Amino acid sequence: MRTAAPVARWTVEQVLALAPDDASRKAGSKLGSAGPWSGGGCDGSGAVWGQCKGSGSKPYVTVIDITGPAYKCSCPSRKFPCKHALGLLLVWASGESALPAGEVPDWAGEWLADRRRRSVEQAEKRAGTDGAPSAGPADPEAARRRAERRAERITGGAKELEERLADLLRGGLAAADQPGYGLWEETAARMVDAQAPGLAARVRELGSIPSSGPGWPARLLEECALLHLLDSAWLGIDRLPEPLAATVRTRVGLTAPAESPPVRDRWLVLAQYDTPDGKIVARRIWLYGRETGRTALLLSFGAAGRSPGLALPVGVTIDAEITPHPGSGRLRAELGRQFGVPSPTGTPPPGGTAAEAIGGYGDALREDPWLDAWPVTLRDVMPVPSGDGWQLVDAAGDAALPVAPAALSRPGLWKLVALSGGSPVTVFGECGHRGFEPFAAWSTGSDDDPGSDDDSGAGGGTGAGAGGGTGAGGGTEGEVGADFGDGAEAGDGTAAAAGTRGVAAAAARSDTGSGRAGAASGIVPLI
Amino acid sequence: MPRTITPAPWEELVTTALLGTDRRPTAGDGGAAGLLDAAALHTVRRRAGLRPAAPAARPEPAPVDRRPPLPPAARRRLAQLLADRSASAGSVGRRGTAPDLTELIPQWLATANQQGFRAPAALLPALLDAARARTDLRPQALTFAGPRGLWLAGLNPEWKFALRGSSGGSSLPGPTEPEAVTRLWEEGLFAERVALLGAVRAHDPVAALALLATTWTTERAEDRLMFLDSLRTGLSSVDEPFLEQALSDRSRNVRSTAAELLSALPESALAGRMASRALSCVSPDLTGDEASVAVEAPHECDAAMERDGVVAAPPSGRGERSWWLGQLVEATPLATWPARFGGRSAREIVGLPVADGWAEELHAAWCRATVRQRDPEWARALLGAPSLPPSNGPGTASLAERSKLLGILPSAERAGWVADFIAAHGLSEAFQLLGVCPTPWAGPLGRAVVDALDIARDAGSYPWSFSGVMGLAERCLNPAEADRLEVLTTTPDEPEDASPGANGYWSEAFQRLVSTLRLRAAMDSELTPAV
Repeated sequence: MRTAAPVARWTVEQVLALAPDDASRKAGSKLGSAGPWSGGGCDGSGAVWGQCKGSGSKPYVTVIDITGPAYKCSCPSRKFPCKHALGLLLVWASGESALPAGEVPDWAGEWLADRRRRSVEQAEKRAGTDGAPSAGPADPEAARRRAERRAERITGGAKELEERLADLLRGGLAAADQPGYGLWEETAARMVDAQAPGLAARVRELGSIPSSGPGWPARLLEECALLHLLDSAWLGIDRLPEPLAATVRTRVGLTAPAESPPVRDRWLVLAQYDTPDGKIVARRIWLYGRETGRTALLLSFGAAGRSPGLALPVGVTIDAEITPHPGSGRLRAELGRQFGVPSPTGTPPPGGTAAEAIGGYGDALREDPWLDAWPVTLRDVMPVPSGDGWQLVDAAGDAALPVAPAALSRPGLWKLVALSGGSPVTVFGECGHRGFEPFAAWSTGSDDDPGSDDDSGAGGGTGAGAGGGTGAGGGTEGEVGADFGDGAEAGDGTAAAAGTRGVAAAAARSDTGSGRAGAASGIVPLI
Repeated sequence: MPRTITPAPWEELVTTALLGTDRRPTAGDGGAAGLLDAAALHTVRRRAGLRPAAPAARPEPAPVDRRPPLPPAARRRLAQLLADRSASAGSVGRRGTAPDLTELIPQWLATANQQGFRAPAALLPALLDAARARTDLRPQALTFAGPRGLWLAGLNPEWKFALRGSSGGSSLPGPTEPEAVTRLWEEGLFAERVALLGAVRAHDPVAALALLATTWTTERAEDRLMFLDSLRTGLSSVDEPFLEQALSDRSRNVRSTAAELLSALPESALAGRMASRALSCVSPDLTGDEASVAVEAPHECDAAMERDGVVAAPPSGRGERSWWLGQLVEATPLATWPARFGGRSAREIVGLPVADGWAEELHAAWCRATVRQRDPEWARALLGAPSLPPSNGPGTASLAERSKLLGILPSAERAGWVADFIAAHGLSEAFQLLGVCPTPWAGPLGRAVVDALDIARDAGSYPWSFSGVMGLAERCLNPAEADRLEVLTTTPDEPEDASPGANGYWSEAFQRLVSTLRLRAAMDSELTPAV
């Protein structure tokens, strides 16, 4: 018998975030009121169903399993979820009486039962294979030979790339700015032939740098140097320790299967966004593990015109297993089995200071020097205009992170500014050498109650955590790059001040942190 | 890297890379590979050693907004309304059965403001974007956005419009600060000064005129016109001396506006002068058996008339005598006429026959006078009975004029008149008249509109011939009517003479009407706290 208590509803924003594109979002919104729906309902297990009157004589039949989430609709749309599923979810989210709690009707129950049985079977199969790698290729010898042949081709590609880079540097980078300079596209194609998609993508990126504005020669040299570092690392991979070797393989484009033991946790969905990647769409979903304190990235792809299959609404917490991929800080993971119904709330991760964030990026470079940014939560920061851009400033300290150029043109930036209103907020995003890219924010007060006289940020400290944050990794002298503005002098001061204040500040922070943990805090997606 | 590298400064490396190692050999003999090794080390070291930047100056925090937050359901609704607005931008299609959410934003904002809720911070950017795109939303949207919305708009040039009407967010000095008032009046921006004048005037009309008089002669003509126009609010006999003076202004527009304002004050000297001129032109005709109106239009427009705001030159195509007559009657107090016509009421005077074809001209002038002086009795008389066809009515056949006259009537009477009009003449001329009716429509008016729509459907027309009225009905019908309308959403058999497929479209249109009404009811209940 299923529980009678209705599943807590998602917000409209969470539903709209599932839409594969703007057109679907619009079409879904139009169906997001009770009008066209009939025979609908929902139950305590996460099932939502309804029939939508379309232009034809027969209504479309839509069934949704909130656990997952998964959708089934009788319409011919190739969008996923289709507008009917979105509309039905919107009706459900707005709590309209059109969807009363009830028994699943037969037309919906069949698919639901089928789906749930399948997902249990899959999970069991996965659980079965975890111990025994026998489920691998039928002929391990042939697979080994295939892998060797591919490694040889990549080695050939890497050597060729090394020669081309050397040629470029001998002749001078100035040549790369000449019109009709054809090195990049052609070289990228050679790397695809060499079955090294990671190298190909980096080469293609190089091609966009000469037109990226002032300072491009320095940026081009940086990226050329990192590409050279990757080539050299691949060519000498036998001498590298295993975690680093795994990172190099991943960076070159050899996807290692996720086969480490799964990690079960209550995962808060921090962000979900799509980026076009050639002919496919890459979807990134960031998760934060409530118990493990671990951040994970679910990466999925959709072919042209189809959105990636996996969609998780921002702000829900799912009880699930994930399996991390090796390499690159073990950030990327596959979503495994889910347990129970997602919960629609979740407090923000505890977070840290600006200095800790940039220090965390420095630390992560130790395992993956090709890393552009590292996920981190900033606590008690304020967006502040600075020249043509914006900064996130520690509310109680004297440290700031510039907002990454990519984020300056997004509407999310203004949501963040509005949410803050000049007071401290908690922000999740990626911190790297280009600055901080915000993905989600929580107001410091209670849900959407920014006007409250909550001054919990004022008492917090800015002390860097244990380890001091800065100057980690390969770095010896902390140099402040041009991206970070004129912080050179302040940098020294911050480090010194942080050292002396560290302990007291850490204590103060843990106090405010626990005091706030109970408050339901609404997450605001910024991307 | 297993090799040992002598660190070279980064700038050195960039220069060498730009020129090429062939032209500018490196200090070591690593050549291109050596340069790349050194650059890689520099890059990773720099990235690993990054430190936070120095913070820029913080802006003042947004002022605290003490209004209570929206109930969760209302917050969800607003997110949906605003999301739909941005999604539907720039697309037109068949409307289908789903409500047009964008059209419901004004009503939602008005109700939210009545209840005094605070806007959710995260939705402020979408709200400001909506107000930027639609000027009609701005007053309500900005009220709802509140101090934080204004604070936010100050940081983004795209939302400049929000600061325009608000005197930059700073509050106006009160009546207790005469020096601050004088300073702002002398140094402030034009919008600030208009706002200041209005504020002082609301408190002390005489002081406001004194303030205006201090700089009057040095103001530019278009500013004088705007200031004068702002006197329309709270116009009283106190303003007469100032306006009388403005009749001699250098600018013709200022003069005619002053005359117009004076004529709206029936006690004013100008109104008296105009009345005596009009009385010499319009009089009871005593020659025939029946009472009637005799008209003798003025033969000249003298300097005194011009000074009182009469424009001498008629627009092309109009005779100058009828042009002058219209202006005289328009500026004459309506109370003049019952005395002139033997104590007859407005209705009786309007009903009198007019000699020599002057009826149209005279009645049109009376309509303008009625609108200017906001006289309900004359408005009633000039509108006539709603059942009379507009072309045979007493006052004017112009729907625009009739809507203006309706606007003077008390709201219940207005709705009743339009309901009777629709019952008699259908919907084809009702759109403009419906626009002046108070919303939500009163019961009889709503029923009249729905019945008329039902009749139009039975007559076999297509619903899009009535899309304007349909759209109004979606926004203005009382949501409580939804249940009564449900029966109309079915598709009955088509009558033989109907337009093909019309019934299906009608049923779709009525479905949209019902679902929109239901949605409005839901919106209202979400915003209205349970008692």
